[in-house]
Amino acid sequence: MTTFFDALAGLLVLTGCLLTLLAGVGLVRFPDVLSRMHAATKPQTLGLLCVVAGAGIRLHRSVDVWMLVLVAAFQLVTAPVSGHLVARMAYRTRHVRSDLLVADELRPDLEAAGIEPGPGRRPPRRGRQG
Amino acid sequence: MSRLAPRRQLPVIAWLTLVWVLLWGTWSWANLLSGILVSLIVLAVLPLPAVTEGRRVRPLALLRLIAYVARDLVVSSVEVSRLALSPGPRVTSAVLAVRLQTRSDLILTVVAEALSLVPGSVIVEIDSPTGTLYVHVLGVRDAEGAERFRARALHLEHLIRRALPAMTREKEAA
Amino acid sequence: MSVVGAVAGVLLGIAALLVCLRLALGPSVLDRLVSMDVLLSVTACGIGAYAAVTRDSTVVPVLVVVSLLGFVGSASVARFIPRDAPQQPKPARSRQPRQPRRPRRSRR
Repeated sequence: MTTFFDALAGLLVLTGCLLTLLAGVGLVRFPDVLSRMHAATKPQTLGLLCVVAGAGIRLHRSVDVWMLVLVAAFQLVTAPVSGHLVARMAYRTRHVRSDLLVADELRPDLEAAGIEPGPGRRPPRRGRQG
Repeated sequence: MSRLAPRRQLPVIAWLTLVWVLLWGTWSWANLLSGILVSLIVLAVLPLPAVTEGRRVRPLALLRLIAYVARDLVVSSVEVSRLALSPGPRVTSAVLAVRLQTRSDLILTVVAEALSLVPGSVIVEIDSPTGTLYVHVLGVRDAEGAERFRARALHLEHLIRRALPAMTREKEAA
Repeated sequence: MSVVGAVAGVLLGIAALLVCLRLALGPSVLDRLVSMDVLLSVTACGIGAYAAVTRDSTVVPVLVVVSLLGFVGSASVARFIPRDAPQQPKPARSRQPRQPRRPRRSRR
């Protein structure tokens, strides 16, 4: 049984590392910030979760397993938040390649709200979204 | 000081205490008590606005939601990896507005979190009065793909609302 | 397990090199920010893999710190980022291939 769990843990760790590598590939190959963030938020999150699960299997006798649970939980909670912050800033400072967008439904609404995303312009703070 | 009303802050205290105990790794009364103390201090020094709406939790629906999100996380990771590896023309994407049915900030937050985590999407902007999420979706080629994403996002919202029903019905009806 | 460790090391090493490439190329602060985020998470994966391979649980607290540091770092930088001009040539608006727009709020 130990060998089985060891094999499972090894597989999880390798899967996680592979996903992280793919995140790196995506980071280099995708054309603009927002696309790169997809690479940064998804395969990377799953990769870290896999590695943490593998480590959890190998360390299941130690008290530190609970910390691994926390790492996974933090990762799941924080990755979308930082992703959103960066994406919002990227859009508002026009780091988006609009020639690669097949549709942009945000710009008309932002303009209607009196916010013109553009370089060097400080996006006005809006009440609840800060 | 109504926002520091202890009853409202109870879930936060419970969560912080849980984190504290997990960090120590072992269960003991000393850990529990010191955890409660620390979370009270944290809440006194850095007060948070209370979550004002009460919501029940349906365990079974919550499990379905978690299973759905987990499956989506795997599928979208594979998808993004495939896009990263596939040669050829540059990946196109779209910024789509998804108008949710709910007006509840809590549901909006959970949907936004889950969407950022899953299918090739990152939240760019949120308009909470109208319940609209602006989502950057990777790998959308045409209007059909955009509609497919919209349908998935609304299905996710449906699952979340099933898992976290409101105590009262009137808010949902909005 | 040592084979797993070696392979994991190679994979993560290549990943870190790729991320460093993006970190060096930029072109904007936000790209570098995202790269730093991924680099930290490569580090976290490395620590996790090390813990799994050696069964050494003393590094786990470091893992917690690294995974939180990534969030705090990117959140604070994204908040206070200088609004630099985009380095890419800004495409003229008229060149945007616009799909015929569907009525947006069709669902209401």
